[in-house]
Amino acid sequence: MTVQSLVPPTAARDENASRLANQPKIELKDVSFFYGKSKALKDISLTLPERAVTAFIGPSGCGKSTLLRMFNRIYEMYPNQRAEGQILLDGENILDRSQDLNLLRARVGMVFQKPTPFPMSIYENIAFGIRLYEKLSRSELDGRVEQALRRAALWEEVKDKLSSSGLGLSGGQQQRLCIARTVAVQPEVILLDEPASALDPISTAKIEELIDELKSDYTIAIVTHNMQQAARVSDLTAFMYLGELIEFDHTEKVFTSPSNPKTHEYITGRFG
Amino acid sequence: MASFAARKAKNTIMLSLCVLAALIGLAWLFVILMDLLIEGIGGLSFAVFTEMTPPPGEAGGLLNPIMGSLLMTFIAVMVGTPIGVLAGTYMAEYGRHDKLTHVIRFINDILLSAPSIIVGLFIYELMVRTMGHFSGIAGAIALAIIVLPVVVRTTEDMLLLVPDSLREAGTAIGAPRWVVIRSVAYKAASAGMITGVLLAVARISGETAPLLFTALNNQFWSLNLNAPMASLPVTIFQFALSPYEDWQSLAWAGALITTLAVLTLSIVARLLTARKEDR
Repeated sequence: MTVQSLVPPTAARDENASRLANQPKIELKDVSFFYGKSKALKDISLTLPERAVTAFIGPSGCGKSTLLRMFNRIYEMYPNQRAEGQILLDGENILDRSQDLNLLRARVGMVFQKPTPFPMSIYENIAFGIRLYEKLSRSELDGRVEQALRRAALWEEVKDKLSSSGLGLSGGQQQRLCIARTVAVQPEVILLDEPASALDPISTAKIEELIDELKSDYTIAIVTHNMQQAARVSDLTAFMYLGELIEFDHTEKVFTSPSNPKTHEYITGRFG
Repeated sequence: MASFAARKAKNTIMLSLCVLAALIGLAWLFVILMDLLIEGIGGLSFAVFTEMTPPPGEAGGLLNPIMGSLLMTFIAVMVGTPIGVLAGTYMAEYGRHDKLTHVIRFINDILLSAPSIIVGLFIYELMVRTMGHFSGIAGAIALAIIVLPVVVRTTEDMLLLVPDSLREAGTAIGAPRWVVIRSVAYKAASAGMITGVLLAVARISGETAPLLFTALNNQFWSLNLNAPMASLPVTIFQFALSPYEDWQSLAWAGALITTLAVLTLSIVARLLTARKEDR
């Protein structure tokens, strides 16, 4: 695989260029992260533009998932995990103690590596999140569920079995159900933590298509092991290594002429 | 090739021994059940379920001990289950890494294996002596203490089996912790938790010792929780040891009813778990 073949077509590239001019959605300022006493992320600063896809790549253990898990503070579920610095969402520091975590997570949705449908019906999987924050009539709720499932390109496949268990779907369908569930809450940001790494190529392609559609409405951050995937779906790419941000630029710049030799070595498969 | 034949022979011998051991174990169960069935079915009649326990030599049934057992079991489950589920939830969800959880788990394990007669004596001291008389409620509380550790244990175990990824997923859509526990973790663990309660019911429906010291027995129809109350195990105990043949026959019938009830509960518990796994 040569570097050239990883590059998106020219049209996409021009579009990307304009995207950088988007408003900043999330800004990290000297952010560090600790698992107990060990420092997993070291003074990271970067800006995720609104309505664009930012990919995080790097070898296993480089901290890319850790970084993603800070954006909705899901790490707070575990004791001994701690973040320092500032993460600004629309200019407000979400690491602030006064930040309501549930509201933050309603604004910043997350889809995980392994599909995690709730042990309830397909309909309930979607309705669960909506009901948390909105009191809707049955018909309004029905509409929202349909809308979310359509958004995740799953409606046609499940519209006749909404009341059957979400666990009965295939892996790829389950993952789209999780995306639908996330979208249903109407977040502003969607975090994708290796969303396709447990899926077959066809399901992966569907998820990637979906990401491309979703970015017109949402700010998306995606962690991926798959460099081709990063090149295909993202506008910006951040390369991380050993808890540090090595390079952050337009995706095509990172994949064609990376400025850091370490990035070059990684994307050409010299290590990782 | 010789060694291959030797290994095969060894395998056959070991396998035969294992099958033999299993058969010996099962045979006893089979003999007990058959004996119970043969002896019990003779005593079973419509009257068993409609008439009170008789004085020796007269016709009668087991209605009052059946009702007493049902009532005390029901109260025991109603008291023991919520406390047990809440304690198990604390241990698995809120205090998973706490010292307190380890202490609770250790004490709970002791309670789980405590001889039930000790529980009976404890409630005798605590309730029967202070109230001045035996009572159905004391029996129910003694049974609740036996239900408690079973429910605590299964609730904790079942909740620990729920993967953290599911809790993360619930949290990630903005659900507060208690909603994640109630709507996601409980739901994922429900079959196992219900099985735990059913197993607890099965366990207490055969307990005699704790009731001997608390509810004692009652020859007459009584649903008064403040008075001595009849129960199947105690009635079986009393009737089986008596010299009267009709009492002995009722004891067999009672034993059969208890066994069938426990068997039904176990099967229901199995079906619940199996249906969960199918999905």
